[in-house]
Amino acid sequence: MATQAQAATPGGLGQQLREHFSNWRLALVIAILAIPGSVALFPLETAFWVSFGAVILITATVVTRAWGRRPGPLLVAPALATLFVMNIFPLLWSLGLSFFHFRANRMSPPRFAGLDYFEKVISDPNVWDRLQTTAIVVVLTVGIQLIVGFLLALMFEREFPGRRILLMLVLTPMMLSFVAVGAFFRYYYEPTFGLLSQAVRLVTGEPYILLASPEGAIAGIVFADAWMWSPFVMLLVLAGLVSVPKYLYEAAEIDRASWWRRFRTITLPYIRGLLLLALLFRTIEAFKLFDVVFLITEGGPGTSTETIAVYLYRVSFQYFKTAESSALAYILIFIVIVLTNLYLYFVQQREKDEEAPA
Amino acid sequence: MKRRRLGHAGWGWTAFAGLVSFIYFFPVLWIVLTAFKAHTDALAIPPKWIFTPTLENFVSVFARAYIKGQTAVDTNFDVYFFNSIFIAGSSVLIALVIGTLAAYGFSRYPLRGNSTYLFIILTTRMLPPIVVIIPIFLMFRVSGLSGTYLGVILLYTAFNLPFTIWMMKSFFDELSPEVEDAARLDGSNGYRVFFRICMPQVKAGLAATAVFGLILTWNEFLFALLLTGVETRTVPVAMAQTIGGDIGVRWGLLAAIETLFLIPVVVVVYVLQNHLLRGVTFGTIRR
Repeated sequence: MATQAQAATPGGLGQQLREHFSNWRLALVIAILAIPGSVALFPLETAFWVSFGAVILITATVVTRAWGRRPGPLLVAPALATLFVMNIFPLLWSLGLSFFHFRANRMSPPRFAGLDYFEKVISDPNVWDRLQTTAIVVVLTVGIQLIVGFLLALMFEREFPGRRILLMLVLTPMMLSFVAVGAFFRYYYEPTFGLLSQAVRLVTGEPYILLASPEGAIAGIVFADAWMWSPFVMLLVLAGLVSVPKYLYEAAEIDRASWWRRFRTITLPYIRGLLLLALLFRTIEAFKLFDVVFLITEGGPGTSTETIAVYLYRVSFQYFKTAESSALAYILIFIVIVLTNLYLYFVQQREKDEEAPA
Repeated sequence: MKRRRLGHAGWGWTAFAGLVSFIYFFPVLWIVLTAFKAHTDALAIPPKWIFTPTLENFVSVFARAYIKGQTAVDTNFDVYFFNSIFIAGSSVLIALVIGTLAAYGFSRYPLRGNSTYLFIILTTRMLPPIVVIIPIFLMFRVSGLSGTYLGVILLYTAFNLPFTIWMMKSFFDELSPEVEDAARLDGSNGYRVFFRICMPQVKAGLAATAVFGLILTWNEFLFALLLTGVETRTVPVAMAQTIGGDIGVRWGLLAAIETLFLIPVVVVVYVLQNHLLRGVTFGTIRR
């Protein structure tokens, strides 16, 4: 680590500025006093500019103080400030809202509700039903992704002419927009002229409406999502396959080990970690599944494909039950935090393994 | 660890892999074909493999009006494409500047609780967008930012930041600190070390991060759906609204829009193949 660099000499510009603001405590006090003072004394417009200037002064003072001495906080401050304003603060706000009676489409002031909404959400059979739907979709899609991704990786493990181009074709779905993928598959599932319906008609002679039954609709969504994200698993497995040292295979060849044995004792240990990471990452992502469902089935037929994200969308932006949706959102946040923590734990575990001499 | 050279396989394997890849790519290919079909061909039963290609769909994407029922309707897709490019471009640029600085800070001058900060940053990105959007929607309504470029760009900047920070940190972590220490011993200050020593080494990483950010923002749907107004609407939202239309969907037109929309993506996938793994895992997995 380059921590010793914290004591580095201040830059030329920093030096000049620092001398300029040598009495930084005074500057800070003046600036902080200026904001409420100007708001109280001046009309709004003037007060805004005075406060604006004061904020710039505070920033400049802090920046010049920290320049050269503590560059760490200074470097990360803008990013953390942006994230705080646009992510952390809103999330804290919605945590607060979940304790109040509040609907975004009514003007009535919030009334305190305590933990009522959390209780309501947890005891709501609808929520459990949607969580169940989500779990089914997640398990199916992640399972298919792992299998298909693994097979694709085995195919691309070897070097062959045109590999790069073919790899591009297979990797493309992953980078497409969810909306585009949703629209594709809506077109393919279309009952009269959709490719799927027409293919089935060749066999049965009757058009096939996949999205009419709950099972069919779930299958349709799972297929689209798995198609989109199998390349992701493939990339990870491919990285694992490439990292297997060749001498192990050579040794296995001398021992005349069977293909299966080679796979089980050499290949699998090297990709096990990455498979686990793929599983976790895809689970987190599949848990968010919204756009594809929204475009292909809009949650239908009935509510049979309404994943928790789509349900949350309806609760918060169609029924405007803001407080309830905030409470539900916090339950989801908790789940995602646990999964993300687990994921990062395994990422670090893997990095440690890689650093250790093989 | 030394990387193994891939095992060689001949043209036979190419044929096999080609077939599989073709099947896998087929849904995209069919949309591209549909984009060149006339309206009747797009709805033909059985599906037409051979048809006379036409550009009418592409023309009507940008043409000022097309006939829907009896009335002329402005497609406005020129505006939406502009919005998508403008919003993605500016937010990625801002996120890149702020995020690179932060990544450098996290990598070289670890704070107390460095990994906690990084964890929180990653978590904000992993959360389902619908969870994050509820309070932001309220915040934007109160502050009047809803439907403005400023609001959307700010939001997407925050959306891109965690990704940028994690990606750039992974690139900075890979550089050898010896070079920087040597430069410091020779009397370079922190500013010079950053711009003269570090930045030139991570140029490729910076480009990769920028392009991934562009694609992610370009594809984003939910934030745009809820927070863009008529003037700031982006292509994904407009595309979804085309489907939700009252009279039948103009599939040929939709396919043409999708084709235009996916061209940059395909090019990027080809160019960035080596950085793809890192990109899709937000920089958490390098190889």
